Amino acid sequence: MALFEIAEPGQSPVPHQQQSAVGIDLGTTNSLVAYLQDGKPRAMADEQGRELLPSVVSFTAGKQPQVGYAALAKAADDPHNTIVSIKRLMGRSTLDHSVKTSGYQLVDEDSGVPRIRTAAGDFTPAQISAEILSVLKKRAEKTLDAELMGAVVTVPAYFDDAQRQATKDAARFAGVHILRLLNEPTAAAIAYGLDQGEDGIVAVYDLGGGTFDISILRLNKGVFEVLSTAGDSALGGDDLDSVVAEWLLQQAGEEAQSVSRRQAMRLANSAKHTLSHSPEAVLTLPLGSGKTWKGTLNREQFNTLVDPLISRTLTPCRRALRDAGLLPADVKAIVMVGGSTRSSHVQTCVSDFFGQDVLTGVDPDKVVAYGAAIQAAALSGNHAAGDMLLLDVAPLSLGIETMGGLVEKIIPRNSTIPVARAQEFTTYQDGQTAMSLHVVQGERDTVEGCRSLARFNLTGIPPMVAGAARIQVLFQVDADGLLTVTATEKTSGVQAGIDVKPSYGLTENEIEGMLRESIARSQEDLEERQFREQKVEAERVILALDSALSRDGTEFLTREEQSTLLSKRQDLLDSLQKGDSRTLKIARDELEKASESYVARRMDASVQKMIAGRRVDDVEKQTNEK
Amino acid sequence: MTISLTEAAANRVQTYLEKRGKGLGIRLGVRSSGCSGMAYVFEFVDELEEGDVVFDDHGVRLIVDAKSLLYLDGTELDFCKEGLNEGFKFNNPNVSEQCGCGESFTV
Repeated sequence: MALFEIAEPGQSPVPHQQQSAVGIDLGTTNSLVAYLQDGKPRAMADEQGRELLPSVVSFTAGKQPQVGYAALAKAADDPHNTIVSIKRLMGRSTLDHSVKTSGYQLVDEDSGVPRIRTAAGDFTPAQISAEILSVLKKRAEKTLDAELMGAVVTVPAYFDDAQRQATKDAARFAGVHILRLLNEPTAAAIAYGLDQGEDGIVAVYDLGGGTFDISILRLNKGVFEVLSTAGDSALGGDDLDSVVAEWLLQQAGEEAQSVSRRQAMRLANSAKHTLSHSPEAVLTLPLGSGKTWKGTLNREQFNTLVDPLISRTLTPCRRALRDAGLLPADVKAIVMVGGSTRSSHVQTCVSDFFGQDVLTGVDPDKVVAYGAAIQAAALSGNHAAGDMLLLDVAPLSLGIETMGGLVEKIIPRNSTIPVARAQEFTTYQDGQTAMSLHVVQGERDTVEGCRSLARFNLTGIPPMVAGAARIQVLFQVDADGLLTVTATEKTSGVQAGIDVKPSYGLTENEIEGMLRESIARSQEDLEERQFREQKVEAERVILALDSALSRDGTEFLTREEQSTLLSKRQDLLDSLQKGDSRTLKIARDELEKASESYVARRMDASVQKMIAGRRVDDVEKQTNEK
Repeated sequence: MTISLTEAAANRVQTYLEKRGKGLGIRLGVRSSGCSGMAYVFEFVDELEEGDVVFDDHGVRLIVDAKSLLYLDGTELDFCKEGLNEGFKFNNPNVSEQCGCGESFTV
């Protein structure tokens, strides 16, 4: 329960006003925005109470583009200026097959980003997507009566970096701050609360309007990892409508010649909806000239019609499982996404395939947006602490170079992000006033085996003896995977820092390659690390000895002792060249042993110098003050 | 219909009113906002408004508008310490659900 303070008249603060965050399902066919109210996800509706927004944008010269149902109505009459399924072109280059065959008038551009020519100008897919996002943003701000702080936008699990970047660009154009891009199957799993449950394999079966996707996810300690994806980009709910429409026209016979295909599709679609909750659908098709055709379609007939299409979805299911190295029985839960999964026949086929019941409790049209809304609320802090969802992990360890070219890992690989870790370092040399920090990524123990991310310097460290400075190095990875490294010298407060994007430019394969190499070479790394650590120690001992000798010369040493020391020093220098950590350690121990009495004598002398000519009281007083 | 406050809350309100140098009392109210539907209004009052209902408790005037009263009936205002924070607390029997931080609620 919150505690309140009395405000001046009219100034009561609005509760967490800045935290209005929503989830957006930016779909191929339809888009949706949802938010969390009283802990439950809710879809936002337009003024007519419609929740789904057709992902269609229509351009007219000199006018604002239309989005949604209004644009959809124009699709048939003005196909070149009415852009549907823009998601298919997101992040694609002009050379991509999907772009060439899109049917839109493309403007040739050297940049490689396709621009679509419309009556209102040339636009990139990201700009067109931004129109859809703008409408959803306005709807959200109207519903919440507040400025939108941010949104979680969902993308297909198979989207590559360019496609994700295009989605982020679209959001930027629309003025929507992206809290995180979330994989659609992960969002669906979150909507079912699977992230709160036991670890295991989750299959997400997504039969959308125009695409089919199957994703195999693994939940591990509250984190979803995409194991494999497969699908059919030309198979969706529209295809189910299409076969039913064909059947309809066939049944209605010759008189149905005048019936438009669009009309038949609409009727087929409503029949499909009816059959998801009743055994039979009554069909009425106006034939023009006052006549109508009446018929019925029952569930068995419908099932027979769509069965070949449903069977086609099982091939990708098999492929996805095989890619993940799993059997249907390994799957713990199956989440159904997309309106067509309401059909009992689809549910039966999929549950037969996996040998268990499928999850259907959440509206399959909204489940992705709901999951995104839950995630958005968590990221914006609208959840009580402790409910925080952590969904992404750092794919590779992040660390810092230490003396001798070794890597000190600060954030270990697979840490859930956001994460912050700090470690203290110190200076190596007396009077050292600066420190160079080298941020690296990878699993190897040596700097050369890792990927260099950034370098920066911490300067202005007050001169102190080696080891006295306390330099805290803080690594923070935010929800977007952005790494911030700051180094602070704690006695003086001097600070320096840098931001880096660790995942930038790395593909999955490269990450995997780096991991594999680190495992294969772990023994080698271990030996190298031991040697380098010994080397750093040895160099430190030599440095200290040299500086002591140069300061007080041979004052505390007999000639014999001095020559022993120098010969041991030479032994250590020699073993530095050999590259064997054991001999190096033995040589260093020998030198340290040989210098023990020398060190003791120097210490005694310096203490005597300190208290010489002073009374015991003074020294005591001084010691007490310290 | 009643709104009350504890002695601790009354003392604190009086201290604040004295420090401020003016004010008839404090206003308790609700408005629709926030992630859970409703948010509290909690302010000093310099002028009464039409439809305001005034409760006297422990020598403090608690002013509530008629509409808010429906959502606040039975509320006891308390002053308490929670960890390092201290502040006023609405013990509102009408609340059915509230958001994690308790700044907004549903009846």
